Amino acid sequence: MDQLLNNEGKELNVQTLIEDKRKNRMTGNIIEKIIPVFLFLCASVSILTTFGIVFTLLRESIGFFSDTSLVEFYTGSSWSPWSGEFGVLPLIGGTLLITVVAAVVAVPIGLMSAIFLSEYADDRVRRVIKPILEVLAGIPTVVYGYFALTFVTPILQSFIPGLGIFNALSAGIVVGVMIIPMIASLSEDAMNAVPNSLREGAYGLGSTKLEVVIKVVLPAAFSGIVASIVLAVSRAIGETMIVTIAAGATPNLTMDPTESVQSMTAFIVQAATGDTSFGSDIYYSLYAVGMTLFILTLVMNLIAQYISHRFREEY
Amino acid sequence: MSKLQEKRKSSESGSNIKVSPARQQEMNKGPMKSVFEVENLNLWYGSNQALYEISMQIPQNQVTAIIGPSGCGKSTYLKALNRMVEMVPSVKTSGTIKYNDQNIYKDKLTVEYLRTKVGMVFQKPNPFPKSVYDNVAYGPRVHGIKKRAILDQIVEKSLKDAAIWDELKDRLNENAYSLSGGQQQRVCIARALAVEPDVILMDEPTSALDPISTLKVEELVQELKKKYSIVIVTHNMQQAARISDNTAFFLNGELIEYADTNKLFQNPDDKRTEDYITGRFG
Repeated sequence: MDQLLNNEGKELNVQTLIEDKRKNRMTGNIIEKIIPVFLFLCASVSILTTFGIVFTLLRESIGFFSDTSLVEFYTGSSWSPWSGEFGVLPLIGGTLLITVVAAVVAVPIGLMSAIFLSEYADDRVRRVIKPILEVLAGIPTVVYGYFALTFVTPILQSFIPGLGIFNALSAGIVVGVMIIPMIASLSEDAMNAVPNSLREGAYGLGSTKLEVVIKVVLPAAFSGIVASIVLAVSRAIGETMIVTIAAGATPNLTMDPTESVQSMTAFIVQAATGDTSFGSDIYYSLYAVGMTLFILTLVMNLIAQYISHRFREEY
Repeated sequence: MSKLQEKRKSSESGSNIKVSPARQQEMNKGPMKSVFEVENLNLWYGSNQALYEISMQIPQNQVTAIIGPSGCGKSTYLKALNRMVEMVPSVKTSGTIKYNDQNIYKDKLTVEYLRTKVGMVFQKPNPFPKSVYDNVAYGPRVHGIKKRAILDQIVEKSLKDAAIWDELKDRLNENAYSLSGGQQQRVCIARALAVEPDVILMDEPTSALDPISTLKVEELVQELKKKYSIVIVTHNMQQAARISDNTAFFLNGELIEYADTNKLFQNPDDKRTEDYITGRFG
């Protein structure tokens, strides 16, 4: 057997080399112990931030609700904080109206895109379309806002006479466009995760492509698809720039998307950027609205988690 | 002693060729009708040729086994018979495959129709993530049978034919994934039977199963050949010897030898067949 030799031609023994290095490794052991602590601290940052935000929201909201009763806040149908009316329903209504319009736009288009990408597109097409979708997801929302105001609204006005400059429809459509990539991409992931053996099984029984998609792939990917929709919708609820720019600033409890509305987020922008004085009712109402918004999106996220666990089809 | 064990014994009992009485009867019927006639089949994945000039007739109501080492093209050949091989987009073929005298690549015979006539059971059990009932009823439903009373009958009959009705009759609404692997595979067989095909292609149907489940599937194959023609790809030479009437040996994409199972295992013509079945390679 060959002997290991060092530069000076002396015999080497791997075990002795390891012994030598072990002495240096003692400092290494300390690093091994410190690293997990450091990593834990990094992970704690986001958890602490969340708790901090919730704490602030709660504390300031409690201040607000000592002046205005919960019942008045959540049942009042008039929101004009500058004259002391704090009924949040018009803001919730505005948010929901825009969210519904957005969902009507985004769910079918997003889902169909996902089906196309996952089941029909060949690799070449997929390689082109997926990055484009991701670019769509990366456009700053303020750009979407101006797109809604200066491009979509004029087009809509040529179809709907008398449509105002600011309206829920235009904002909702563009919010929908913004969340399409989210639905498409997450739903596609869910469909891609359906094992090919299931498709083969269905083809083997004489199914057409469409039958395979509708009767096997979609049911198997159902939980992932619903979770993607719920996440996208909660994103629409929290969307701020587009609605602030395109939907107007008129708190308005209405189901008519051609009217101007104000969403919860748009009010927060309006109040937070205006000359609201610290400690005033309006200042505190910001937190109450923020709290409401937070609860709404939290509930949506919990629903998404529940659905994806409850309806998980195991394969 | 079950039929299968008898057969196992006879296939292990040395060199003299024994033909069972039932087999003798079959042979006396004169020339067998074949369900598939394959002529000069060549198949390429992109630029890699996977099958070379395969010509082979597959007889009706018999079990035809296809054996050979990994990568010899036996699964590819099986999947060519119901055109499942076209799931890979780069596949090209030449030559003809006739199913009951109809060329399967001619437009008149749609691929969906072919696959309802030529069912398939896969290597890994692949039930849909649905109830046992919905799994078996899938095929009939896809082809437009909607009446519950008819579906009930189809499901019961198919599960009985797959010899799993007694185990599952009270569990029809359970998700098929809650079953054991062997039960899942027999549900998949029932699912294939539910459309009443002519031919059942089986791609190593027992390779993912334990020995007891394997035995059950093998016994089932013996039963099924009364009504169906069966083509089974297997890694397991003992299995081919136990359950098949004819055996084809594939090597590197070529059909080396195709003969009566007893003959092929006991007195092969080709040296390569002999080397393979005696375990010298593969």
